[in-house]
Amino acid sequence: MPLHIVVCIKNTPSTLYVNVDDATGQVKTSGLMFAINPFDEYAVEEAVRVKERLPGSTVTVISLGPDSDQAVLREALSRGCDAAVLLDGPELSGGDSFAVSRALAAAIRKLSAEKPVSLALFGKNTNDGNSGVVGGQVAAWLDWPGVLSVKKIAAIDDRSATLWRMMEDGVDVVKVTLPAAVGTVKEINEPRLPSLKGKMAAKKAVITKWTAADLGLQPAEAGAAGSRARVARSAPPPARPAGMNIDGDSSAIKAEKLVTVLLERKLL
Amino acid sequence: MTLRPGILVAALCHRQALSPVVWELLAAGRSLADSSGQALSAVLAGGTAEQARELVERGADRVYWIQHPALDAFNEELHAAAVLEVALKQQPGRILLPANVAGRSLAARLAVKLDAGLATDVTSLAADGRARRSHYSGNLIADVEFLSPTQVLTLSPMAFPAAPRTAGRSGEVEKIPFEPAPARTEFVSFQAEEAGELDLGSAERIVSGGRGVGSPEGFSAIRGLAHALGAAVGASRAAVDSGWIPYRHQVGLTGRTVRPKLYLACGISGQIQHLAGMSGSAHIVAINSDPACPMMQLATVSVTGDMFELIPLIIAEVQKRSSSPVAA
Repeated sequence: MPLHIVVCIKNTPSTLYVNVDDATGQVKTSGLMFAINPFDEYAVEEAVRVKERLPGSTVTVISLGPDSDQAVLREALSRGCDAAVLLDGPELSGGDSFAVSRALAAAIRKLSAEKPVSLALFGKNTNDGNSGVVGGQVAAWLDWPGVLSVKKIAAIDDRSATLWRMMEDGVDVVKVTLPAAVGTVKEINEPRLPSLKGKMAAKKAVITKWTAADLGLQPAEAGAAGSRARVARSAPPPARPAGMNIDGDSSAIKAEKLVTVLLERKLL
Repeated sequence: MTLRPGILVAALCHRQALSPVVWELLAAGRSLADSSGQALSAVLAGGTAEQARELVERGADRVYWIQHPALDAFNEELHAAAVLEVALKQQPGRILLPANVAGRSLAARLAVKLDAGLATDVTSLAADGRARRSHYSGNLIADVEFLSPTQVLTLSPMAFPAAPRTAGRSGEVEKIPFEPAPARTEFVSFQAEEAGELDLGSAERIVSGGRGVGSPEGFSAIRGLAHALGAAVGASRAAVDSGWIPYRHQVGLTGRTVRPKLYLACGISGQIQHLAGMSGSAHIVAINSDPACPMMQLATVSVTGDMFELIPLIIAEVQKRSSSPVAA
């Protein structure tokens, strides 16, 4: 049985060296290069692989952001996704993970009304916010099971999936009833590059756009107004104190000095 | 936004044990509770009476103990239901969870169900209700402000001290009945890591290897040094992508975030993605042939040289000192 798979992606700064506006304490993102969040590439690839395992399946890629985010949606289309939805509009902007996950969940519900969604895939986390909770929060909004940190989809059909969840001390194998939200880790696959044919198709594709109103969200339920937390202030981390260099005429002297320093500092 | 009073620690019993990070949650919670005259509670999901007792002796004023066979293995829906059983009744202002896979999974669901703001990988908590964490992969420190009366927080392992155990400390243990709805996630099996491998997240010392290690065989030197120092083994993405060591050892943006007391980086140049995962380490020691690389610049202690020449000498030196009465 074919599945309808959703993959949620974010357009994020492709550099991690960002500056802060001293007056407001907020990150200055204007002028930065943006690209698909690197962790989302694995989720996109996995969505396409599930589609290939279950012929006839379709993949819809969703992103929340300004109109310029069309670029990452086209990138995902060129890698094998079939349809793209951009959640856009002033009401949706500036949201925390609570508000963003709520909008993504509403979009998945809206897509499901047409063609039930069985699986929603997410990257490990974004390289800007670094929280890694949006997939789990979407699961909560939809009242679906949510499994994060998945390194392998061992089996999948239209009713259930067997997943390998990477824990700190080993791997849990869990069987989850679909629909479900799944957060991936990098080990899950090796993303492919877009094909020329894919690029051509992505260029011509029509991207669906939904606003907060289209998603049935009130202004107080979306974006900054619908958030439960905000970054009040960002600042560079305090500089680490200058280090000491261990030198010596031979490796043996250096090794001896190093061990002495480590013992003095009670690190061994 | 006024924060509700009360702090609840989610003490997840993982594979029958409470991990040391739970003691860190208790210490962080106790310190907040003491500074503001609030009570510190803990919900123990799974576990034993002895473990409930230990939570009290490490700082909980009250322990809500939920015992159910379904809580034996981590199940995001069921464990969330167990914590919610207590959280919905007690309405605490802050819920503290560990920043690991289980804690992050639970925090996501709890935040939605409790209409709460969420901050992950928190490294310090301010009395004014703000939480500090890093974002932009460690390049910026963010002060998170909450717009809800409830906060869900996952605390970075090793960022807070562990609460000491005080035998005989008084507190209440209350058993909470729990009848979960049938779960849609079924635990099948668990495949443990190699025996004797220390977990990166809770390791006090980590020896990590990068591109300079050069080969899978090179990692036996890294493992040897780690063994001699009682350290966990880490790796940079370059080493993992080259297939020299499995992904679970990867430290950095794409792998694990660690905050050990000692991070010993061998042959790691210090790409920003790697630094994102370890720059919170208390002491960084770098061994590298290139004194100008970013890791050597960042390091608390740097040694320029050939790691393969230095490592056996360091191991020998450590063994010599540990058997000598002077060092003891």
